[in-house]
Amino acid sequence: MARDSVGIVQTKYFTFENLVLENGQSLPQVTVAYETYGTLNENKNNAILITHAFTGDAHCAGFHEGDKKPGWWDTMVGPGKAFDTNKYFIIASNVLGGCAGTTGPASINPATGVEYGTDFPAITISDMVKAQKKLVEFFGIEKLFSVAGGSMGGMQVLQWAMDYPEFIYSAIPIAITLRSTPQQIAFNEVGRQSIMGDVAWKKGHYYGGPEPDKGLAVARMLGHITYMSDYSMQKKFPVKNPEPNENFDFNADFEVEEYLRYRGSSFVKRFDANSYLYLSKAIDYFDVQKDNFLPEEKNLDIKFLVISFKSDWLYPPYQSENIVKFLKMKNQEVTYCNIFSTYGHDAFLLEVKDETRLVKNFLNRLYDEVFGSER
Amino acid sequence: MKDKNTLLSHLKIAGIVTQKSKVLDLGCGDGDLMYLLVQNKQVNAQGVEISEDAIYKCVEKGLCVMHSDIDGALDFYKNDTFDFVILSQSLQQVTRTDEVLKQCLRIGKKVIVAFPNFAHITVRSKLFFGGRAPVTESLPYGWNDTPNIRCLSIKDFEVFCKERKYKIMEKYFIANNKYCHILPNLFAQQAIFVITK
Repeated sequence: MARDSVGIVQTKYFTFENLVLENGQSLPQVTVAYETYGTLNENKNNAILITHAFTGDAHCAGFHEGDKKPGWWDTMVGPGKAFDTNKYFIIASNVLGGCAGTTGPASINPATGVEYGTDFPAITISDMVKAQKKLVEFFGIEKLFSVAGGSMGGMQVLQWAMDYPEFIYSAIPIAITLRSTPQQIAFNEVGRQSIMGDVAWKKGHYYGGPEPDKGLAVARMLGHITYMSDYSMQKKFPVKNPEPNENFDFNADFEVEEYLRYRGSSFVKRFDANSYLYLSKAIDYFDVQKDNFLPEEKNLDIKFLVISFKSDWLYPPYQSENIVKFLKMKNQEVTYCNIFSTYGHDAFLLEVKDETRLVKNFLNRLYDEVFGSER
Repeated sequence: MKDKNTLLSHLKIAGIVTQKSKVLDLGCGDGDLMYLLVQNKQVNAQGVEISEDAIYKCVEKGLCVMHSDIDGALDFYKNDTFDFVILSQSLQQVTRTDEVLKQCLRIGKKVIVAFPNFAHITVRSKLFFGGRAPVTESLPYGWNDTPNIRCLSIKDFEVFCKERKYKIMEKYFIANNKYCHILPNLFAQQAIFVITK
């Protein structure tokens, strides 16, 4: 095990009663899957919440017993890393509506004794954040040192700032927007149509029988394309176009086809189609470009670090610039960097060195502010 | 730009800026000036910088900085948001000069502009006698790679302000790391102006 790894970790579960949702409906019982790394200090003011992207989970860093692959942001979370577990208590949880341990459409509906399926209520990013707040409060934390995440994780970060501004000291939204745009919604809609068009979907009540794997796999393939860039795909699949021959049968004869098919088919093993539908809708509904976001009369003061990536065409840098301008208009302290990268939207998981330089130094300064300089 | 006059120029600007004021540094580079202002004057400083590499250096110094060109980082601020807006060695690199200065004067109560004097005697003589685009310590770039797209003299700037009825509150001139008081448009390498609308 590398010295900068948090080592062997376990997913834990926290359950609470009655979560009232943004649309007025409520869930009688919610379980949240979470992991923590590092130690919560005595004053409980060194906690950082890390929020995951669309298909992520609570396993952010370290290794599950027997696993060879670490958590999804292991490069950024650990002793001495950007989110330094020697200094901070890191909390990561699976979002509401997800399928990796937190209550979602694949969970049992206590009213019927069977899976919710599409009886699951519509959820929003705000509902996800509400569930996270219950978890954070369960630790006795009254103010988070920071909340950080990329993509849909970045939406949660901004939603935290909107819903509970007094509860966070700083915020790091990465590769995200103030509100979902038609192009983003369009991609999500094609993904949903693919799932709902699969005969196995059965209006969402497929549990116990064959699942809409084909539809979900195609949705994932489409999603994957939007996470890469023209350049990164050319690099990954150097063009060696095969010649058509008599055995032509629409099999995957291009590398990129094979890759997408593989990605699609491995994704269905770990992800629930209904969760895909619900979470993608929550993403589409996301909008914090509102007057009641950090209203001036409240004199709120959150330190922001906004990061975007030059080749990200799903959440292009101009959308992060709009976040920065919006926050500055609201008198917030904002640092912004548009990192040069050719990886597209996926860059937030891959540009570790540059992200580390920003996140680590940004947090260091705040750490000195809150805890006094160590130097 | 880091020549022998930089430190004196920075110290002068730090002398002009008042304690705990709110400052916007446009084209803040590695953040040396902002850092000085934060340390010496406890200002609330924000920077704008186009170079990604410089952004990392600013963040390492614990500074608040926005990765953007100057043009795109002004229009959303309310009037008089800042006590001082600083253009230190960056005015000569701005494309929409008029619009940028107008915005600076709108969002800042005072604007501090520091720039190299293109009418300095060395520049003049290099052009006159050498017959080539001048390369000097204050203007260290060749014609083909200079980021300085606006070549202005002290006189140019004064005329510019007069034409637009901008008030020049203070002005300082520097040559060879000392203040210059005689014929600044001929002998000063650097100029610092404090202007208001």
